[in-house]
Amino acid sequence: MKLSVDLQKRLSANFALDVKFSIPAGVTILFGASGSGKTTLLRCVAGLLRPDSGQIKIGDQILFDSDTRVDVPVRERKIGFLFQNLALFPHLSVAKNIEYGLDGCERTPAQQLTENILESFRISALRNHKPNEISGGERQRVALARALVTDPRVLMLDEPLYALDYPTQSQIIEDLRAWNAARDIPILYVTHSQREVFALGERVISLENGKILSQGTPQDVLEAPTHESLAQLAGFENFFDATVVSISNDSGTMLCRLNGATTEVEVPLSRVEVGSKIRIAIRAGDIIIAGEFPRALSARNIVPARIISLRREGTMVIAEIDAGRSFEVHLTPGACESLGLKPEQQVWLVIKTHSWRLVAARMVSVRQR
Amino acid sequence: MDWSAILLSLKLSSVVCGFLLLIGTPIAYWVTFSRWRWKFLVESVVALPIVLPPTVLGFYVLVGIGSQSPIGRAWAAWSGHGLAFTFEGLVIASFLYSLPFAVQPMTVAFSQVEHQLIEASSVLGASRLRTFIRIILPLSRNGVITATVLSFAHTMGEFGVVLMVGGNIPGVTRTVSIAIYDQVQSLDYAAANRTAWLLLLFSFAVLSVVYGLNRKSLAVWPLQR
Repeated sequence: MKLSVDLQKRLSANFALDVKFSIPAGVTILFGASGSGKTTLLRCVAGLLRPDSGQIKIGDQILFDSDTRVDVPVRERKIGFLFQNLALFPHLSVAKNIEYGLDGCERTPAQQLTENILESFRISALRNHKPNEISGGERQRVALARALVTDPRVLMLDEPLYALDYPTQSQIIEDLRAWNAARDIPILYVTHSQREVFALGERVISLENGKILSQGTPQDVLEAPTHESLAQLAGFENFFDATVVSISNDSGTMLCRLNGATTEVEVPLSRVEVGSKIRIAIRAGDIIIAGEFPRALSARNIVPARIISLRREGTMVIAEIDAGRSFEVHLTPGACESLGLKPEQQVWLVIKTHSWRLVAARMVSVRQR
Repeated sequence: MDWSAILLSLKLSSVVCGFLLLIGTPIAYWVTFSRWRWKFLVESVVALPIVLPPTVLGFYVLVGIGSQSPIGRAWAAWSGHGLAFTFEGLVIASFLYSLPFAVQPMTVAFSQVEHQLIEASSVLGASRLRTFIRIILPLSRNGVITATVLSFAHTMGEFGVVLMVGGNIPGVTRTVSIAIYDQVQSLDYAAANRTAWLLLLFSFAVLSVVYGLNRKSLAVWPLQR
């Protein structure tokens, strides 16, 4: 079973969703900042929002087609939908919430199905509780069970693990994986958490401002981000505008100068000319700090710098360092201590050429909708 | 004590209340969820009795159900007698008069049901009717109770419309508020006082029960913490 989506939906003067993709069975992550159109996309597929034009298909069945004026009502689409706020019915018990979608079934099989899913999600003990009497993680499981018990043809989850602690998250992810091992349906999973992307996704579709930015495996999309907004989401802290100074085709590198500074760094070769303005990014964790000038090192970028400030945050030290431009560098408290780092100290930044990423300048502001 | 007037008022209020719930609920549903651009016109019509003098409403209902009107003639052909100055006529007039008191609390309650719950219900395959019965109605319990109490009490206490449409026929259209008026007209203040007291106690008791059961219900007082 495959979900094919090709739709356009204008929500306001400066936001329109325009996407085309098709996903096979398994988990596909829909990744993007808030306001990028993830929820709108899910709502269109579920039938809660009518696209302006396009076509939506599950397998061979057309759910929506603007040309032939097909628009299957929400209740007949057989799509599982987990809302971000869960939308559990507050006046019904856990068991009644789960049974709700089994209206067409006869009484006995419906109860049997409910029993089974209560058991497999380890919430049997809660069957007579109301949603406000159970914990957040339990509510999440109930909502997931309610969506799954109807045996949907496609499952859509809108940031389902938002606001849950990590162990609870991984447990629910495991439950979901186990369930889908038997069903093998397409699952569209919205998140803006990197961890969930790597924990769950076989494929990632990244959205920005209503358009698909890139798609592929989590590694492809997040490890080699091609756009700044995606790079920010994928945890790149340092962005610089730079000018290409020289190009070395033999070594596949080029030298560029950070704008507003004399600092020059070597970055991977890209299809640009000398003098081009480019934008480069690097993760704060990919930069090494050296207390004295390092010798015999493979890294090509060794930049003299000065520590501006050091700040402890959880199990990490965040250093702000001036190397012509201000760099954010992450290191462990142990490393910070053994080097005896303190503000105003002279250090060297060590950066491998291939840790640098070239990113396209941001297309639009990330927050804008 | 004019027991026949009291019983008649109770009977009228119960019947009107029943019709209001039966017909007012779909109206409230439509007013809440319709996206028709001229919806406000319907809302205005439903709310008219709040601002209209009862005599004006009563006058038009009297004309509308009179023996000259199509409704009056059709009713006469079916039942053998006219609508004006009958219990049935009173029911129609009281129904219109109390309609906003039933529709408005329910509209407020329906619109306060979280929209995502309604969406969740339809994603789970429920029809609109099922969503209404299983989700919207139970979650609007307070609004429905308020609508019931208000329209019942409002019908109990009405005077002008009843006088215009029903006249003052003992046992048929003489309701309790008209009985009090009669007693005052005949200078029987003691009798008027007894009946008025009864009505006062009744109203107080009903409202106390409702507020007691529903601390959060929004009948007359704004929501309190």
